[in-house]
Amino acid sequence: MPEVILRKTIYTIEEVFHEGGPQPEKSLRRAAALAIIENPFAGRYEPEIQGFMEDLKPLGLNMAQRLIEMLGGADQIEGYGKGAMIGEGGELEHGALWHAPGGYAMRQMLADSNAIVPSTKKVAGVGGRLDVPITHINASYVRSHFDSMEVGSNDTPRANEMVLALVMSTGARIHDRAGGLAAADIIGKDGLR
Amino acid sequence: MSAKIRKIAVTVEETHREIGRDISPATRKAVAVAVIENPFAGIYQEDLTELMEIGAELGALLGDKCVQALGITPDQAQSYGKSAMVGENGELEHAAAILHPKLGAPLRAAVEKGAALVASSKKMGSPGQVLDVPLGHKDAAYVRSHFDGIEVRLNDAPRAKEIMVAVAVTDSGRPLPRVGGLTHEDAQGQDGLR
Repeated sequence: MPEVILRKTIYTIEEVFHEGGPQPEKSLRRAAALAIIENPFAGRYEPEIQGFMEDLKPLGLNMAQRLIEMLGGADQIEGYGKGAMIGEGGELEHGALWHAPGGYAMRQMLADSNAIVPSTKKVAGVGGRLDVPITHINASYVRSHFDSMEVGSNDTPRANEMVLALVMSTGARIHDRAGGLAAADIIGKDGLR
Repeated sequence: MSAKIRKIAVTVEETHREIGRDISPATRKAVAVAVIENPFAGIYQEDLTELMEIGAELGALLGDKCVQALGITPDQAQSYGKSAMVGENGELEHAAAILHPKLGAPLRAAVEKGAALVASSKKMGSPGQVLDVPLGHKDAAYVRSHFDGIEVRLNDAPRAKEIMVAVAVTDSGRPLPRVGGLTHEDAQGQDGLR
């Protein structure tokens, strides 16, 4: 299988202090890691592509590790998500190769991360934006943690590239008050509640 | 009076490869953005001192954020830029008041020296609009390899009563520079130009 050829990385952290209401004690931080890599399957139909998932594992671990460092340690992380944008020379299925190496990289490094990592993917042109969904790492139904982070860059993905994204967050939406399962009430067994 | 900050975002871009060639070491740019309340949204205010003071505060804060994000010492910074996008209830002059009178000095302290003019841009905009922050060499404006820019964009800013203020810092020039001109190595850095 082909090696991972990295053109560019983009790391973003944002901290939200309020959203018009009273400033909460704890701000919300979100961080995103983007890796812009060559799509080894661009420009043709390749029936066998699964081997590339193995090749992507070190990249996933590297990105997850840096996100954790940016946010101050694994114990700070409460939400996560992942996504992929595939340049026009590729196909949606190529982005699906990121599910396992991206998702399990984060779950491997975060304790009590029983919840599936929410995801999104699309084929996009240069400058495309991706809204990466975020949910609680241990219980998908925790409503306060349903969130997202927009990512993208003016020069990616080129036709023969893929943008692979991981995101993490440190808590609930600012001023969350839409009810539902609270993080404090998580059972934490099935990844859902 | 200090800035009422709703949000801060910091991004670091590293370019490891371009047009089939490795870039080693990778070129790196950082941009830090603060989204603040515009104290003069919706009114005509003759005296913009308050915004100038906010500019001083943000020059230090955002400059430091960039240097930290790059993991460099201040003297390793090579280029910089500043920009502001004012929400629709403000006016372009508000952006100017933040950027020009007082933002530069604390930014220069954050990157050490900074003999050159800080390249800038400003515009009115709405949430999700792109702000292109120009970049120029921090000590010698004629260094051609360091003319560059970085785009910032936040889906939720600036709201009508907000101003988005951005500072960008790099530790390098463009990837694969080859259009000649004054180089980083040959810059004297005395007059801010050469």
